[in-house]
Amino acid sequence: MKAAIVVFPGSNRERDAEAALTQAMGKKPLMVWHRDTELPDVDLVLVPGGFSYGDYLRCGAIAAHSPILREVKARADKGMAVIGVCNGFQIITEAGLLPGVLLRNASLKFVCKNVRLKVETSQSLFTSQYEQGQVLSIPVAHHDGNYFADERTLDELEANGQVAFRYCSPDGEFGDEHNPNGSARYIAGIFNRTKNVLGLMPHPENAIEPLQGSTDGIPLFKSMVEALS
Amino acid sequence: MTTATAKITPNIIADHGLTGEEYQLVLEIMGREPTITELGIFSVMWSEHCSYKSSRVHLKKLPTKAPWVIQGPGENAGVIDIGDGQAAIFKMESHNHPSFIEPYQGAATGVGGIMRDVFTMGARPIANVNALRFGEPDDPKTRHLIAGVVAGIGGYGNCMGVPTVAGEVNFHASYNGNILVNAMTVGLAPADKIFYSAAAGVGNPVIYVGAKTGRDGIHGATMASAEFTEDSEEKRPTVQVGDPFTEKLLLEACLELMATDAIVAIQDMGAAGLTSSSVEMSSKGGLGIELDLDKVPVRETHMTAYEIMLSESQERMLMILKPEAMDKARAIFEKWELDFAEIGRLTDTGHLVLKKNGKVEADMPVAPLVEKSPVYQRPYVPTKPQEDIDPASVPAPSDLLAALRTLVGSADLSSRRWVWEQYDHLIMGNTMQRPGGDAAVVRLPDANGKALAITSDCTPRYCFADPKRGGAQAVAETWRNLTAVGATPLAITDNMNFGNPQRPEIMGQFVGCIEGMAEACRALDYPVISGNVSLYNETNGKGILPTPVIGGVGVIADAAKSALIAFRQPGEVILLVGETTGHVGQSIYLRELHGREEGAPPPIDLAAEKRNGDFIRTQILAGNVTACHDCSDGGLLVAIAEMAMAGDLGATLRAPEKLSMPAHAFWFGEDQARYVATVTMGDADRFLNEAKKAGVPVTVLGETGSASLTLVDNGTISVADLKGAHEAFFPDLMSAGS
Repeated sequence: MKAAIVVFPGSNRERDAEAALTQAMGKKPLMVWHRDTELPDVDLVLVPGGFSYGDYLRCGAIAAHSPILREVKARADKGMAVIGVCNGFQIITEAGLLPGVLLRNASLKFVCKNVRLKVETSQSLFTSQYEQGQVLSIPVAHHDGNYFADERTLDELEANGQVAFRYCSPDGEFGDEHNPNGSARYIAGIFNRTKNVLGLMPHPENAIEPLQGSTDGIPLFKSMVEALS
Repeated sequence: MTTATAKITPNIIADHGLTGEEYQLVLEIMGREPTITELGIFSVMWSEHCSYKSSRVHLKKLPTKAPWVIQGPGENAGVIDIGDGQAAIFKMESHNHPSFIEPYQGAATGVGGIMRDVFTMGARPIANVNALRFGEPDDPKTRHLIAGVVAGIGGYGNCMGVPTVAGEVNFHASYNGNILVNAMTVGLAPADKIFYSAAAGVGNPVIYVGAKTGRDGIHGATMASAEFTEDSEEKRPTVQVGDPFTEKLLLEACLELMATDAIVAIQDMGAAGLTSSSVEMSSKGGLGIELDLDKVPVRETHMTAYEIMLSESQERMLMILKPEAMDKARAIFEKWELDFAEIGRLTDTGHLVLKKNGKVEADMPVAPLVEKSPVYQRPYVPTKPQEDIDPASVPAPSDLLAALRTLVGSADLSSRRWVWEQYDHLIMGNTMQRPGGDAAVVRLPDANGKALAITSDCTPRYCFADPKRGGAQAVAETWRNLTAVGATPLAITDNMNFGNPQRPEIMGQFVGCIEGMAEACRALDYPVISGNVSLYNETNGKGILPTPVIGGVGVIADAAKSALIAFRQPGEVILLVGETTGHVGQSIYLRELHGREEGAPPPIDLAAEKRNGDFIRTQILAGNVTACHDCSDGGLLVAIAEMAMAGDLGATLRAPEKLSMPAHAFWFGEDQARYVATVTMGDADRFLNEAKKAGVPVTVLGETGSASLTLVDNGTISVADLKGAHEAFFPDLMSAGS
């Protein structure tokens, strides 16, 4: 698999993502600067976390209009795999690769902690190494992760199996007390309709070593390598 | 007051915080009446904040050297060698006054400023720490200040992508009108690629990079050097506004440039902005500097020379570049979309010359501006230490475990989760010990698991009761916290927060704390490599508790070997390392249960501190310890409760037979140089033998197990119940009334 990480001014988890991809691939991904208009020939593009353009205007809004994102979108429409993490999720949602929007957390505060995620499907190139229903421990770190879409869109996402992960309790139960940001229907991550694009707020790239407190992020990267190699 | 033609009147001199004698010295140096711009420059350079005029004679008493110290105090930050060609660069700095006036921006720019100090020297910041002191929880301003400060720290650090990994929060009435916000940054650089601020090379270009200059923060350094009064809120315009996004770009651009060999010298524009950076760089290089202020990127029109020189706009740097590297450097800053302006040249005149609109606005000798800055041997009255309290004279609680529940849920001992969950403490993927333990453990990239341990500590009520003991205790506690995770403590940074130095009793506190710190640093081979002094922390003549905050850094060869505080397994033996006399003076027990904040603080036996610490560290690194926690605020039982709560695992505890003190003094006394450790049943005898050989007193207290904490003959309390009380304080406080 060949992978690239797109770096914007203000991106700040690109090195964490690089570490996770390197661990899974056995080689380093390419780092692509936002001003580049041409994407190298890769199988996967990762849009990392951070504060692209300082989160000014609206999280992800400015990056979504950068030249490189137009290229990412064009390739994604042709089937290339794209994963957006945290700010990356906000960017690809703003760019229209995924439906809905990420609002300010219901608590109005930044939140950084490990949360539990329930794997809603293992039928994707991103989640094949998980079991459906498996409960993961993965950290979140964001101020604007409150997923929102209208009821019809949410119904469609569910009907099409586009929900990838939901926030839950350690036993896999759903409830507001396990929802770190107020997301609609506890949604933590979604696919596009063709499931070659995944956006998620939690940071699997920070759960790849025992000393980080969890290794539950590893299978996500392994899934991608397996599917795209 | 900011026009170039203004006549210098006594009022203008007083407004600039200069005394009559200081102004006489200005006249002597200049040989004429200064221009208003020159006066402004003298004013900020000679402010307490920039000149350390009240503290300098005493700061010299602190040990600053060790074989591993690469750079001690005097640069943007201190530097230590941590082996393998790597250097750790760190410093702590206060942003107290701005944070009280405008908590979000005040705290945010404090964090931004200290990170700049560290990356100016060539280091990538890898960890942020903060030490916060607020007024009483029920003071009407406290919640507003906490909310703003915590959001500001998070807002800046999170955007920069630097994890905030440790810190402390205390409450006390003495901070009602004067909170403390102390921020520390630790960075990592190649040991042979440290950047300094001494200018060199006559004719070399002076380059301004980063954000544009506005009218914000003019006279911030002077504000930080005066007491607060009721109208301090009117000083809000002197608080700078931060833009972490610009600083993130500045960080990346500077590090990219530093990877080349373009830079001769570099200095961030912090307090006193362009003034202190240009003066300090030229003074350290023994050169003159000439600036054309028309070339300074500004964001407002019609800014005067005075305003440009005194602005404290954030996210700016001044560099001396090699002329041949200009194009390469400019390209890097253009890539990061930052201003890059050649604003002047180094000269051999020894003068700072400022031109604006073709007119000379200032022409002053640099050396005397720095070297002749006033130094005061302020009169001081040594603080009379408070008297010891006989433990037998302090009443027992009706129920030890109910008292424990009260303590772990009290303002100073409760969980700080509400605070640190607003900080991204995981970014960079190297946080091996998260907030909530004794010290953060942050792994270094590409170093085979080597990690830094980082902590900050101070017990202001100890410092108030006996400054010398309190100063020593603050140093010793950081040393102990680093040791408790298995790290070897290497060096400290200090942030000296005190009241008005012109009051002899405040100076007495300052001098006492310094003496205690110096003694502890020497005994523990633990030098001071950087620091900051914040005086005039008073409102309407009422000083804060003396608060010399210590930031400690240590190293551990393998992060995987570090000890956590959480009880790990049922059936393990709980041991107390160190001696217990039942010292109740200044204990949280005495304050929270009996409403008495009094008595002598616990004595500091630095030889015992070293012996006990070296012993437990050896045991941790040998893998003989399954969990470890230092004993500090709240005493032994609180430390054990914290271990139980962290591990969601209870314990059964027995006080030693024939206790020579009341049970509550044993469990809640705050004797120093102690650790609680757990070992497996099979390892217990060996541990006790080793301790005996090392001359370290160890007491067997009980064993881990069950979901409750049981004190034999005193009852039981569930860990969940304790945790409920422990976790409730902050969320309850912050949601009250909203």
